Amino acid sequence: MSPGLDAAPGIVAIAFVTVATLAIGTWGLRFSRTTSDFFVASRSVHPRLNASAIGGEYLSAASFLGVAGLVLLNGADMLWYPVGWTAGYLVLLVLVAAPLRRSGAYTLPDFAEARLGSRGVRAACSVLVVAIGWLYLLPQFQGAGLTLRSAVGAPTWLGPVIVGVVVLANVTSGGMRSITFVQAFQYWLKLTALLVPAAVLLVVWAGDSSPPASGAGGWSVPLASGGPSGLYVTYSLIIATFLGTMGLPHVVVRFYTNPDGRAARRTTLVVLVLLGLFYLLPPVYGALGRIYAPELAVSGRSDALVLELPRIMVDGLLGEVLTGLVTAGAFAAFLSTSSGLSIAVAGVLSQDVTGRSRRLGGVAAFRLAAVVAVTVPCVVALLAPNLGVARAVGLAFAMAAATFCPLLLLGIWWRGLTPYGAVAGLVVGGLTSAVAIAWTVGVADPDGWVDALMGQPAAWTVPLALATMVSVSLLTRDSVPAHADRFLVRLHTPETLELDRG
Amino acid sequence: MTDPPERVRVTGPPRRQPPVRRASDIDAGTNLGGVYMRSLLREQLRLAIGVLAVMGLTIGLLPLAFHLAPGLSGVRVLGMPLGWLLLGVLVYPALVGLGWAYVRRAERNERDFAELLSETER
Repeated sequence: MSPGLDAAPGIVAIAFVTVATLAIGTWGLRFSRTTSDFFVASRSVHPRLNASAIGGEYLSAASFLGVAGLVLLNGADMLWYPVGWTAGYLVLLVLVAAPLRRSGAYTLPDFAEARLGSRGVRAACSVLVVAIGWLYLLPQFQGAGLTLRSAVGAPTWLGPVIVGVVVLANVTSGGMRSITFVQAFQYWLKLTALLVPAAVLLVVWAGDSSPPASGAGGWSVPLASGGPSGLYVTYSLIIATFLGTMGLPHVVVRFYTNPDGRAARRTTLVVLVLLGLFYLLPPVYGALGRIYAPELAVSGRSDALVLELPRIMVDGLLGEVLTGLVTAGAFAAFLSTSSGLSIAVAGVLSQDVTGRSRRLGGVAAFRLAAVVAVTVPCVVALLAPNLGVARAVGLAFAMAAATFCPLLLLGIWWRGLTPYGAVAGLVVGGLTSAVAIAWTVGVADPDGWVDALMGQPAAWTVPLALATMVSVSLLTRDSVPAHADRFLVRLHTPETLELDRG
Repeated sequence: MTDPPERVRVTGPPRRQPPVRRASDIDAGTNLGGVYMRSLLREQLRLAIGVLAVMGLTIGLLPLAFHLAPGLSGVRVLGMPLGWLLLGVLVYPALVGLGWAYVRRAERNERDFAELLSETER
């Protein structure tokens, strides 16, 4: 598509989202004063606002564009992605939400250090937060390039650069407090941007005497193809998404912004509702795309389905307006997820790297770290090949599931966890995940058992990391931290009780 | 013995015992405090595992069911293939329902624990 009249709705939409994001971020600045505001919005965000912000931050390019594209390509087995991303919040709710908030730490490395009293565990966690954060940021930037090319005909490099600059402007100026308002706005923007076009398209479809989608090629089977290995891939995906959510750096940071453990639980419940509402929509685009735009799957542009379907199905002005709307939603998706991830990575970098410098104050160190956190993945996104938005995000989930999930589970529920056990488990989980990711990136055409095991590694890496953590902890039983019992009191007792929380 | 004995105010025995704060057992790390804490942890963990088990035995068994009975994918309910209806729509209210039930129970467990700690001993 050449830039021209077609590009108008896309340009208007992207300009609107960019200006609105910066304006709300600036407005939020009035409330942002201290270092605590920067990192955790001073922990005073109401559950409803906080839940909208979590939803806004969590629904990334993979949710907005990737799911519909994958469903168009592969059919019902790809529905496990949105199901897993929602169920992950249920797992997080029942096992982690309230204790994590009560731990009173800023970031995952803070939690690890407070629980285990060890600088070594902290260092391992910091490396992993940065690795997972960048792995997750990469597809966001690449998706932004794709969106701009599809909507406006801009060169692919322009998207990552615009997203990078807007995120930096917001993160460095207002930190967590102003971002909370931005993210909450962007959840509702994204929902509207999918809901309204989907409703119009369904009306068009019904007026077209509702042609059914062809079920050929196992399109309605909720299982990956390939018999037993397909079953393995599906279950491994379930494990990665169900358990990985709790270990994502930008998800965890959000819990520290709740006033107390009870609010953390209620926030998570509202998030479940918001996510469930949103994820009803992408499969609609996938199914309609199967009927009206099968050529997108053939030409390898399935990730652009959501952006192009309105124009394909609806002519004239209405089609243009709907295209503008989905473009705005997609752009909001990149901005919000990238902002959240950048804050999480910058938070860790500023505490463990830039904050060490004597000459930088808390806020200056955070700003410098934010520049690093955004620039590195942005440059890599411009150079690296495109993995497919949802698949790259899937690998980030697998890595989070194999590292932070065992650490959080054992740290919260088992007093016997030792620093040695934690480090051993993190190293095993991190290295096996890294090997699997390298294999997946290196192998062009996955086929057979080895590629299935490497392409969806969570089913073996998670148990391996968990077993390592437990067995090494049992071997080093003498080094259980002296304050372990006191820390469990802090994690599990309601804040209303007057107890010594260490 | 020239000094007069110190004057003492005579009162009856206290009618009410001051409440014994069991929280002090937890703070002091006594065996009793350990018992209280372990009971809270056990209740909350049992609840969490129960919720996860329900999820695992319903949503988690779907891939296996579709693997063992391939005919299920051809079934259409309300004009939708069964797999689509389950994974695209029905899963979400089920997850929200489980989450809601969990939050209610977890808060009740915490209330019970708080009452246990502030109960007066008789």
